[in-house]
Amino acid sequence: MKQSAAAVTLKGITKRFPGLVANDSIDFELKKGEIHALLGENGAGKSTLMNILFGLYQPDEGEIWVNGNKTVIEGAGKAIDLGIGMVHQHFKLVQPFTVAENIVLGNEPRKFGTFVNYKQANDKVRSISERYALKVDPQVRIKDITVGMQQRVEILKTLYRGAEILIFDEPTAVLTVQEIEELIGILRNLAAEGKSIILITHKLKEVMALADSVTVIRRGKVVRTVTTKETNEQQLAELMVGRDVNFQAVKTKKEPGELIVSVDNLTMKGEENKLVLNGVAFDIRAGEILGIAGVDGNGQSELVQAITGMRKASGGSVKLHGKEMINKTPRQMSVAGVSHIPEDRHKHGMVLDFTLSENMVLDTYFDPQFGKNGFIDYKAIDTLANQLVTEFDVRSSGIQAKARSLSGGNQQKAIIARELWKNPSLLIAVQPTRGLDIGAIEYVHKRLIEARDAGKAILLVSFELDELYALSDRIAVMYEGKIMGYADADQRDDKQLGLMMAGNSAAKQPTKGGR
Amino acid sequence: MDKVKGIADKTFNKTSFLVPLVAIILGLLCGAIAMLAGGFDPILAYQSLLKKLFGSPYDMGEAIRAITPLLFTGTAVAFAFRTGLFNIGVEGQFMMGMTGATVIGITLDLPWYLHAPLAIIVGALCGGLWAALTGYLKAVRGVNEVISSIMLNWVALYLSNYIIRAFFVAKGQQKSDPIQESALVSIGWLSDAMDHARMHWGTVIALLGIGVFYIILWRTKQGYELRAVGQSPDAALYAGINVNRTIVKSMFISGLFAGLAGVFETLGVFGYQTMLAAPWGYGFDGIAVALLGGNTPIGVLLGAILFGGLSYGSAGMSFGAGVPPELVRIVIGSIIFFIASHGIVKFFIKPFLGRRADKRKEAI
Repeated sequence: MKQSAAAVTLKGITKRFPGLVANDSIDFELKKGEIHALLGENGAGKSTLMNILFGLYQPDEGEIWVNGNKTVIEGAGKAIDLGIGMVHQHFKLVQPFTVAENIVLGNEPRKFGTFVNYKQANDKVRSISERYALKVDPQVRIKDITVGMQQRVEILKTLYRGAEILIFDEPTAVLTVQEIEELIGILRNLAAEGKSIILITHKLKEVMALADSVTVIRRGKVVRTVTTKETNEQQLAELMVGRDVNFQAVKTKKEPGELIVSVDNLTMKGEENKLVLNGVAFDIRAGEILGIAGVDGNGQSELVQAITGMRKASGGSVKLHGKEMINKTPRQMSVAGVSHIPEDRHKHGMVLDFTLSENMVLDTYFDPQFGKNGFIDYKAIDTLANQLVTEFDVRSSGIQAKARSLSGGNQQKAIIARELWKNPSLLIAVQPTRGLDIGAIEYVHKRLIEARDAGKAILLVSFELDELYALSDRIAVMYEGKIMGYADADQRDDKQLGLMMAGNSAAKQPTKGGR
Repeated sequence: MDKVKGIADKTFNKTSFLVPLVAIILGLLCGAIAMLAGGFDPILAYQSLLKKLFGSPYDMGEAIRAITPLLFTGTAVAFAFRTGLFNIGVEGQFMMGMTGATVIGITLDLPWYLHAPLAIIVGALCGGLWAALTGYLKAVRGVNEVISSIMLNWVALYLSNYIIRAFFVAKGQQKSDPIQESALVSIGWLSDAMDHARMHWGTVIALLGIGVFYIILWRTKQGYELRAVGQSPDAALYAGINVNRTIVKSMFISGLFAGLAGVFETLGVFGYQTMLAAPWGYGFDGIAVALLGGNTPIGVLLGAILFGGLSYGSAGMSFGAGVPPELVRIVIGSIIFFIASHGIVKFFIKPFLGRRADKRKEAI
C-alpha cells in the first residue's frame, strides 16, 4: 500500500518510560517539501518522538511510514539510509579537524582504497555548500569558526549523506539574532530544493516566521496540528502551555530612587592587549532595570565579570553606594550586596554534582547562620533550601537531589531564589531566560520586575530584544566594548537599535545615567 | 538512625558497592587462571593465603602492620581526588614524612611525651609541605600536578637517601643510626600479646585519619570549599572561593596524610631508615586503594584492608602452594583493571540487575 505525498507519517506512536508516558499515541505527518514545526515545552515529548524517528528509541506501539513505505528504524544507520538527517542542538564535531574532514568523517572518499582523498572531499563539500547557498570554506578548522558556521557544517553533514528529511533540534538556541536570520534563509532554501524539514522548538516567533504547519505537543499528546496561516502566536502559546499566557510582563512606571551603582571609564584588556572594555560608563538607581543590548561578544560578559570581580579590570571605577569597589574579589562584591545570575548556569551558576540544598548556599555558605567554628550546619542549610524551593516553586525529586538532575528551568529558578534571598542592592542578570520555556520565562520576568519594584538596581544583559523591551527602564547598546548609546525603552524601534548594535553611533548620543 | 542512613547514602549506593565487589571476584578469578596456566593449584594457593593471614596472632598483627600505611596513603589520594586533584606524588610525600621523623628521632634528646609527638608532627609537615609545593606550582604556574608530583617523587627519594648518607648513616651499613627510644611509638604490651608482631600507634591514628577525612570534607566550611573547587572550579570562582589557595590547601592536607604513613613506618615499624634504590610503593598502592574505595572514607578502609591483606598473605602462597608471591600483583592489577573499566563489570552484573528491575515492574 502506497501513501501519497507524505515524507514521514507517524501513526499512534506510544513510548513509555518508567513512571511516564513520553509519547501517547501521537499522529504526525510531514509533507514533502514543507517545514513542519514541532512545538512544545521542555519535557513535552518532542525530542523523544524525534529520537524514535531517528532510530535512537524504539516505539512501544505505533507505525512509522517513510516515503509511503512502512518501516522499522532499528538505529541511526537505518535512518540515514532512509534519508533522514538530524542536526542536534549540541553539535557533534571534531574541533581540530577541518570543515571538510568533519563532513566526510565515517564516509570518506578514498584513494587507492586506503588513503583519504582530501581534494575530492573538499570539492564535494564545496559543491554541496554552493548548491544550497551555505557559504562555508571546507578547509578551515572547526575551532576557528563561529557557532553559526558550525551549525552549517552539521547541516552539510546530513546533506552529504543524502538526507531528504532533516530534523532540527532547537536550532536557534545557540545563535545570535543575525545568525537566526541567516538560518531562516537557509531553511527556506532547503525547502525550496525539495527537502522536508522538521523543526523542534519552543519559540513561537520562529514557528510563525518559518514553518508552513505546526504540530503542538503537550505532555506527550498532540494537542493540534494547524497551518501557520490559520493561527497566531497567542493561540499557539495557549495550546502549548494549556492556559492563558501573559506575554507582556506587567510593569508599572516608577521613579527610580537613590543611586546604587556607578560605573565610569571601565576598561579591560583581553588577549594580545586588545581592549575588550573600552571606557564603559553608566549609572543604575534603585528600582531601575538597565538593559544591555548588543551582539554576543561585544564585551557584555567582560563587563559583568569586571563588576562581579571575577576578572580584573585594567582601569576605571565601579562605585557601589558611592564606595569604590573596582577589582575587589567576587566574595567582597557579593558581601557588599551584588547578586549575579550568571550567563552559563552549568559552568558558573551551580556545582552540578552538589545537592540542590548545597547549591542554595553556594555564595553564602560561610555565613554564621550556617554554622560556626569552621563547621557547617547542614540542617540549617536544608531548612533554607526547603523554604526557597517552596517559595520559588523549584521542582525536583527533593532538596538532596543532585543539581544535575534538575531541568534547566528549575535550575534557573533555584539560582534566582538563591540570589534574591541574599537581598542584594544590585542584581546582575545575564541572559536569565536562555533555554527556558514560556512558563519559566514568564516566571523569571515576573520575579525580576518584583525585585525592581522592591527597590533593587538591576543590570540585565540579554540578546532577546523582546526581553529587553519587556523589562528594561533604559536600554544601553554595547558595541566593541563601548556603550554606543541608549535606546528608548518605551518606544520600540528595532531598526535604530540594530544600527547601534552594528556600531553606528550616529543614532543617538550616549546619555550617561540621565533619563 | 536517619542520619546514619543519610551518611550511608552519601558514601554508598548500590552500584558503587557492587562494582568493587564484582571486580574483586573477577580479579581473584584472573589470578586463579594465571596460576592454572603456570601449573599451580589456585584453591590451595588462596587457602594458604588465608592461612597466612589468620594463622597466628603474629601474622594477624603483621597484616595489620601492612595495612596501616595503605590506610594513610589511600586517604591521602582519595582526599586529593575529592578536590579534583590527582596526587600521584604520595610516594614522595611518604619519603619526606619518613625522613622528617628520622631526623627528629635521631638528633633530639627529649622526654617521650615530647619527642614522639614532635617527630610525628615534623614528619607530617614535611609530607604536607612537599605536596603543597606541587599545589603551589599548579595554582601559580599552571603546572599539571601529575607531572610535577611524579618528578618530585624521585627528588624526594634521592634527597632522603642523601640526608641519611651524609648525616645519619650507621657505620658500614645502608641504613641510618637507630632512632632514640623516646621517639618510638610501638605498643609494647600489644606486640608481646601478638608474638612480637610490630604493633604501633600509627594504626589508631590512621583510623582516626579516615574519620578526619570525612569530617573535613563533609562537615566543615573548608571542606565545602574544597569539594566545590574539586567539582567545578568555575562555579567556585563565581561563589567567591579563592581557587588557587584552595588547591594548595588541598595538596597540603593530602600530603599530611601521606607524610604520616612514612612517619609511622620509621617510628613504629623499623626504628631506623634505610637508603632505598626504588620507592616503597605504598604511595602507588594508595592510588589503587582510593580507586577501589570510590574515594569514600569507608571504601578506603575496606580497600586498604583488602590490598594490605593480599600483599601480606602472598608470602603464604609461595610457602603453601609454591606460587610466587608476585602473583598477588596480578590479582591486585586485575582488580584495579576491572574497577577502572566498570563498563566490563556492569556487563557482568547487568543480567542480575535486569532481572531485579523486571521483578519490580511486575510488582507494580
